[in-house]
Amino acid sequence: MNKSNNQARSENILGWALALPATFLLVLLYLLPITWVILMSLTNYELGAISFDWVGLRNFSKAFEDEVFLRSFRNTLLYVALVLPSSIFLGLGIAILIHARKRTRSIYEVIYFLPVTSTLIAMATVFQFLLHPKLGPINHLLTAIGIQAISFISDPQWVIPTLSIIGLWQLVGFNMILFLAGLSSIPEELYEAAALDGANGPIDRFVRITWPMLGPTTLFVMVTSCITAFKVFDTVATLTQGKSGSEVLLYALYLEGFQYFKMGYAAALTLVFLFFILMLSIVQSRLIEKKVHYA
Amino acid sequence: MKTTFSWMNIASHCVLIFGAFCMLMPFIWMLSTAFKPPQEIFEASLWPLPKNNYGFQHFSEVLKSAPIAKYMLNGVIVCTGILFVQLLVAIPAAYALAKLNFVGREFLFLCILGALSIPIQATSLPIYIAMSSANLLNTYFAQMLPFFLSMFAIFLLRQNFKSFPDEIIHAARLDGMKELEIVWRIVTPSALPAITAFSIFSLVAHWNDLYWPLIVISSTELAPPPLGMLLFASAESGANYGALMAGATLITAPMVIAFLIARRLFIQGITMSSFR
Repeated sequence: MNKSNNQARSENILGWALALPATFLLVLLYLLPITWVILMSLTNYELGAISFDWVGLRNFSKAFEDEVFLRSFRNTLLYVALVLPSSIFLGLGIAILIHARKRTRSIYEVIYFLPVTSTLIAMATVFQFLLHPKLGPINHLLTAIGIQAISFISDPQWVIPTLSIIGLWQLVGFNMILFLAGLSSIPEELYEAAALDGANGPIDRFVRITWPMLGPTTLFVMVTSCITAFKVFDTVATLTQGKSGSEVLLYALYLEGFQYFKMGYAAALTLVFLFFILMLSIVQSRLIEKKVHYA
Repeated sequence: MKTTFSWMNIASHCVLIFGAFCMLMPFIWMLSTAFKPPQEIFEASLWPLPKNNYGFQHFSEVLKSAPIAKYMLNGVIVCTGILFVQLLVAIPAAYALAKLNFVGREFLFLCILGALSIPIQATSLPIYIAMSSANLLNTYFAQMLPFFLSMFAIFLLRQNFKSFPDEIIHAARLDGMKELEIVWRIVTPSALPAITAFSIFSLVAHWNDLYWPLIVISSTELAPPPLGMLLFASAESGANYGALMAGATLITAPMVIAFLIARRLFIQGITMSSFR
């Protein structure tokens, strides 16, 4: 390549000109706000207050003594711990079953994927009715077989598991599609070769070929589901508004920032939330790089 | 050909059908309740089919008490507005990052990769404060602004543009085409599948988003469907489950119908989001 200086200069100008709107928005919507959040987390600023003080890391130490925040943190972890394994195992199981179907495959795909596209707020209201202690069919079924009705949404013991069932319902189709993509990329010859080695049963085939070959996909689905579950908000905002001890991380953040306007404290919570998301994203991008190497 | 009849096949169908029933159950119950008269709802029987049709009353009640059509219109305005600016900003930037050599290109791309995984919840406090002091709350613009820059779109389209042959771009330059013409007339059409997939991802994500509208919108006049549903549900706050389910049906219908019409594109567009 033998470029004259002039050409290089004009390409410089051209490149930046085309990237200018994006760069401007990058500074306006990401760089400045993140810097602002970091600085604000060191203050006791409240929206509408005339002045504020620098309080160092006190917001963070306060957070980890705050019973509500700690509960929201535990709830989020419990929610992730419930949604993650179930959405992965069910997603994988359904994908394997659907993968073996020929004519009915697309029908099943559509049905299982339907919850992913539906507006979660509206469907959460439906779940609220399904799980209603008196009017809901679920409790009707329970009482019919002799089990006492459960207040799924207002009983502190049940509320997080109930929310995670709704989360599972929405996530499982998504994971199924990712696993289906992984399954289609396993070459058929591997199964034929394994059959020659005597691996004929479905369990044999799964343990020897499917599971190891799906390794990268599984790890990837795990991290993606983890991020989705960590961001749980909609169902809490619709069904409980944090009542019966059901606060989650994002809901606590929402309350502190946008209901109580304690901006300094909410900024500290934001950074805690962002820390987890970024850690997960770093793992995720490592996994994507790996996947590219496999391909 | 293997035989299609076997016990394994039957067992697998049974499991899949049971799972499918669990997936569809909320939709079935939503529809049936929307059509049931109140006394049947309060009987709480497990029989899903309404004995008497009360659908007309429930749906007209919803349409009277909540401006569902307005919510939909708001959703359409906000989502298409976001998508339009996203593409307008991302396509030239992605082209520059893929095809032009400029000082700081690597750095800019690194910044974009870094911001890729920062969700709206992380930047919402300062953006809210800034908007509130600029008196921008409760506007369409406030609902759209934070999403004007899609890192994901830039990332995805950059990958796509990279494989576009340089020779064609050089030839177009020699023909005297302006760079912007090359971007919009030649390179963009070549990436149409990726742009379509991204558009569906973006439309679905913002149509269903609750977090940001909940923060910046307080009037029903400007509420998109999810916020409208939330307002309607808390206003109904009680026994009128028939109307509530009719409302849920109306709110869910557009996306479900669109999905059923273009299901390949939807599945592709939405799952693509996880590869960012």
